[in-house]
Amino acid sequence: MRLTIEHRTLYAFTAPQGRVVQLLRMTPGDTHDQTVAAWHVEVDCDARMTDHRDGFGNATTMLYCEGPIARLELSVTGEVVTSSSGGVLHGTNETLPPRFFLRTTPATAADAEIGAFAKGAATGNDIPALHGLNREIRQRFKDDCGRPAPGLTAAEAFGREALTARDMAQVFIAAASAIGVPARYVWGYCDLAGDHRPTPHGWAEAWVAGLGWIGFDPWLGQSPEEHHVRVAVALDAAGAAPVAGSRLGEGRERLEVDVTVQGEA
Amino acid sequence: MGIAAFDEIMGNGSAARPELADLARWLADTPADELRRRQEAAETTFRQLGITFAVYGNNDASERIIPFDIVPRVFLADEWARLSEGLVQRVEAINCFLDDIYGEQEILKAGVLPEDLIFLNPQFRPEIVGIRPPHGVWAHICGIDLVRTGPDEFFVLEDNARTPSGVSYMLENREAMVRLCPELFGQFRVAAVDSYPDRLLETMRSVAPRGCAQNPTCVVLTPGHFNSAYYEHSFLADSMGIELVEAADLVVDDDVVYMRTIGGRVKIDVIYRRVDDDFLDPIVFRPDSMLGVPGLIAAYAAGNVAIINAPGNGIADDKAIYSYMPEIVRFYSGKDAKLPNVETFRCREPEALRYTLDHLDELVVKLVDGSGGYGMLVGPTASKEEIATFRAVLMAEPHRYIAQPTLALSTVPTLVEAGVAPRHVDFRPFVLSGSKGVQVVPGGLTRVALREGSLVVNSSQGGGTKDSFVLLGGGKRQSQVMGSMTQEQSL
Repeated sequence: MRLTIEHRTLYAFTAPQGRVVQLLRMTPGDTHDQTVAAWHVEVDCDARMTDHRDGFGNATTMLYCEGPIARLELSVTGEVVTSSSGGVLHGTNETLPPRFFLRTTPATAADAEIGAFAKGAATGNDIPALHGLNREIRQRFKDDCGRPAPGLTAAEAFGREALTARDMAQVFIAAASAIGVPARYVWGYCDLAGDHRPTPHGWAEAWVAGLGWIGFDPWLGQSPEEHHVRVAVALDAAGAAPVAGSRLGEGRERLEVDVTVQGEA
Repeated sequence: MGIAAFDEIMGNGSAARPELADLARWLADTPADELRRRQEAAETTFRQLGITFAVYGNNDASERIIPFDIVPRVFLADEWARLSEGLVQRVEAINCFLDDIYGEQEILKAGVLPEDLIFLNPQFRPEIVGIRPPHGVWAHICGIDLVRTGPDEFFVLEDNARTPSGVSYMLENREAMVRLCPELFGQFRVAAVDSYPDRLLETMRSVAPRGCAQNPTCVVLTPGHFNSAYYEHSFLADSMGIELVEAADLVVDDDVVYMRTIGGRVKIDVIYRRVDDDFLDPIVFRPDSMLGVPGLIAAYAAGNVAIINAPGNGIADDKAIYSYMPEIVRFYSGKDAKLPNVETFRCREPEALRYTLDHLDELVVKLVDGSGGYGMLVGPTASKEEIATFRAVLMAEPHRYIAQPTLALSTVPTLVEAGVAPRHVDFRPFVLSGSKGVQVVPGGLTRVALREGSLVVNSSQGGGTKDSFVLLGGGKRQSQVMGSMTQEQSL
């Protein structure tokens, strides 16, 4: 499948900023089932950009921009060719061992309720159990198509009726950790998630001995296949976020995000 | 409590150790009032200089000075030589361990350490994986906390490889002693410590990134004047003749760190930071940090700046890792550790936990991730209620604790209300690692528990400090006896 991606991120400031420094995790890498045919990250002001790789193996870009900056727009365009291995990942850039991903963060820590839910939904820690867990999360929550609430933890989200894709993925990670399965957050793109979305897509990956890393997308209730483009991983959504930034200046910021993904078989 | 302790000046009995008989005589001959007068003079100076610290959780929030004791602690030249060898070996191993654990992880492949101890430890920072500091040096400044139980029995109590503090006390205490007890420096050949700032600056310059200017620009980065160790930050910057900066003074552009000055930006090559990892760079670590420099880790990863000590070092001095230090030293040096650990029970292990619970009244139990003497139980001096409370806490979260036997820490005569009496001490020497090797500064920080029988030396718990003399070879100065010689040759 060939996926064409447009991802626009606009920061508008109520007062001009003296400087902006950002760390972008916006560049996907190649895997066995994902070939990046074209990829461009552009910024609409005079900025210096340098390429790095973070400790999780994600490709990152540092962006340094001198003020005065009233607005800053990042435009990502690209084409990715995908295939499917039933959610099983091959050829990813791994820098940390699976056991590391037993760690949780405040956003992915399981409380007693999630723990009980996980033990009820997943009998064991094999593939069928994890698929069961994935489906249970899908069935439990309604869709929230808005932008995720900053800082919402899995434990807080679990009490809600409707969840964003991010929050479902973090609930999956918390539940996986509660049954001793290493799990992590992935952000990326998915053409089934709908046009002009106010946020990129997010899902989870869990590690199963003998098979390796396997994707689980609770929003869709199935494993990611050729409709997904994987961009960055971390312990939670905040750690994998497309943009981590710091600005020097007064005032507030307004964020606009528009994501369009078109798939062609 | 009656632990029979080795006294470093008086030995095990009533007679002074022969090498230190002169010091014992000085102590006996100087009236307590005179000692007290000198001690008060020193403390007045410290207060004027502002060498104060804030005690956390204290309602009066007053700035206190750490009490200073006028009676020095002395290391003989050969004792020091052996101790130094052990310290160098240990710090070399700490550097190898950090380089390995954030790199190839050979020590895990060899099965020397349990993987979970590293990977599930919050001190292991994924953000640092794959980054190698300039010249491969991680722990540029180590403070290794030691205790002593006999003439040649030293044990490592704790490694400090993040941002160990206390070196300003080593320097200020010495300055006070030279001024107030000059006669001691006439009697003994004491190794000088005042070269520490020069050695530190030399260490910093030696790890400047390759390809930077011949004269690398070094700075000290402080969280600010409200930090309890601010005096030390400004003192060190001052004595090295380099700038003391706060985060707002630094800016990263194109992966290069600059300092803002009136004359424009100046490129920075080496940063001695006294800001914790969590607060160092808000776009990599805690986003709410106001003390950090956005982009600093990118500049570091690009190899454009040296950060002293390296970010991520907490994994080397974590108390859970500590108990494996003998194995770590053996793995990297191929030899047994010259400086032993204190025997340690890891409460995460069921058998060790059982032993600890059965012997709470004899053991010292500590939080794996605690410091400053908080969250610990000193069994022999604790009340029944304290032990009962602690037992519950320990059973709830055993993995967070280690236990150690209560050692008969050595004592040194100390000036107290009633005169001079033995008090327990520990010791923090400072070890510097640069691109040219590891060196031990001949001196350090002696902390003394001022309460009779107390084994807790932390300044936050009523401890004081002493000057630490390291004697040069020969120890005592040769007194020169001058007499006239007969000019006439007898026939």
